[in-house]
Amino acid sequence: MAVFNRVESNRNIENAIYDETVLAGDGWMHELKPGQALRIIDIEGNQAADTLFFDAENLEDHYSAVSTIANQGNIYLSTGTVLLSQSGKELVKIVADTCGRHDTLGGACSAQSNTVRYAHDTLPMHNCRDTFMLQLSKYDSRYTKRDLAPNVNFFMNVPVTPSGGLTFDDGVSAPGYYVEMEAINPTLVLISNCPQLNNPCNNYNPTPIRLVIWDSL
Amino acid sequence: MSYIWKQTIPAGGKWSGRIGRGKSVTFTAQESGANVSVLLYNIHDLTERYNMPDTLKAQHTAHLTKGHVLMSDNGRALASIISDTIGWHDTISGYTTRSLTHQKYGASTYQESRNEWRRNGEENFSMELLRNGLTARDIVPNLNLFSKVYCDEEGNMNFVSSHCKKGDFITLRTEMDLLFVLSNTPNPLDLRGTYPSVPIEITVDEAAPVSSDDYCLNFRPENKRAFENTWSYDLLLGNKTLSTI
Ligand SMILES: [Zn+2]
Repeated sequence: MAVFNRVESNRNIENAIYDETVLAGDGWMHELKPGQALRIIDIEGNQAADTLFFDAENLEDHYSAVSTIANQGNIYLSTGTVLLSQSGKELVKIVADTCGRHDTLGGACSAQSNTVRYAHDTLPMHNCRDTFMLQLSKYDSRYTKRDLAPNVNFFMNVPVTPSGGLTFDDGVSAPGYYVEMEAINPTLVLISNCPQLNNPCNNYNPTPIRLVIWDSL
Repeated sequence: MSYIWKQTIPAGGKWSGRIGRGKSVTFTAQESGANVSVLLYNIHDLTERYNMPDTLKAQHTAHLTKGHVLMSDNGRALASIISDTIGWHDTISGYTTRSLTHQKYGASTYQESRNEWRRNGEENFSMELLRNGLTARDIVPNLNLFSKVYCDEEGNMNFVSSHCKKGDFITLRTEMDLLFVLSNTPNPLDLRGTYPSVPIEITVDEAAPVSSDDYCLNFRPENKRAFENTWSYDLLLGNKTLSTI
């Protein structure tokens, strides 16, 4: 069995400078300054928080899933993982995690990939890449679809087997589980709280997440 | 093997070019231990490109071999793997950078080493992307043909050194008009102490149209839907279909 890396945070929610709940299917975009910490709380359990990161000093430099996993030689994200940009810049570091494992190979759902994975008639359904694009279009007109790199799926478990298989498992997260990350450099965080109604992982019931931010210690 | 075009990419080399739909593109390792990093874009809309997560999750796989379809971020089949002698190609390990190459194999400059200098994936990609109107912003998780990287139960990534033999080949059939961007540079997880790229030969030929008994089409129901999305796209563009179905 896989080793899960469960580490609790010392931070107290009463000292937070920001506290917001994001409903299923909604998006969120926010800049973290170096040293600030963001906690994503899986309020009801087994929700997917699809997340992208950008260098706030260079909007064209986005999160790189492959650089991040190759750098640590492990495909799962947990406490200690440094999330890297395409250029190799250190964006954020995961400092606490009660879930113990997060996916970055599965990517975000989209209308087009839903037609491939499930059925052609899923095309009109709400999806994470639409949420990403709506948030990016509101944030800065320089963003385009080119900026939608493969993302992190916090609270998702996508095990890979030694023989090269890939599956979608559930049961890793639970109500109140969280992941907490500190910004190393100024970083834009873009979240789509996944509206996926085709995926059994969340029992076909997408739920809210809570986002809490602390200033640097 | 018959071909309409042939090119050899030496160790450390790069190439970009446009290959129309309905072609078979064969990559052959000229020595053992090859790795060629590949990016794919739709010529007519360069914002549509190979998407690693969509390709892997649609086919429930973490590696690529015969039968698999390389899917775009728009749910379409870009190319399919119609033959493969090696059974496993990597798409989760990315590409080398200048600092990684220096760190693993020692610093090397053109001034000192001339054509033997050790080039890296990030810079090779960046130059060829710029040539085609794109930038480093457009680099996405790539294919690493001929490399095997498997994960153990804890998720640790393991590079298999003896995987690729001289003469191993993989053939992609283009399902759309594609821009190929290639860098013949090592897999970033290759543990060998010497710079291991070997020459790659590429041959391009006409491919037979996709028939109803096509192996890649029928490999999974997801693949069929990705092909159908490509064919709808062709229909709307006014292209003649490449399928005989
Ligand atoms: Zn989603």
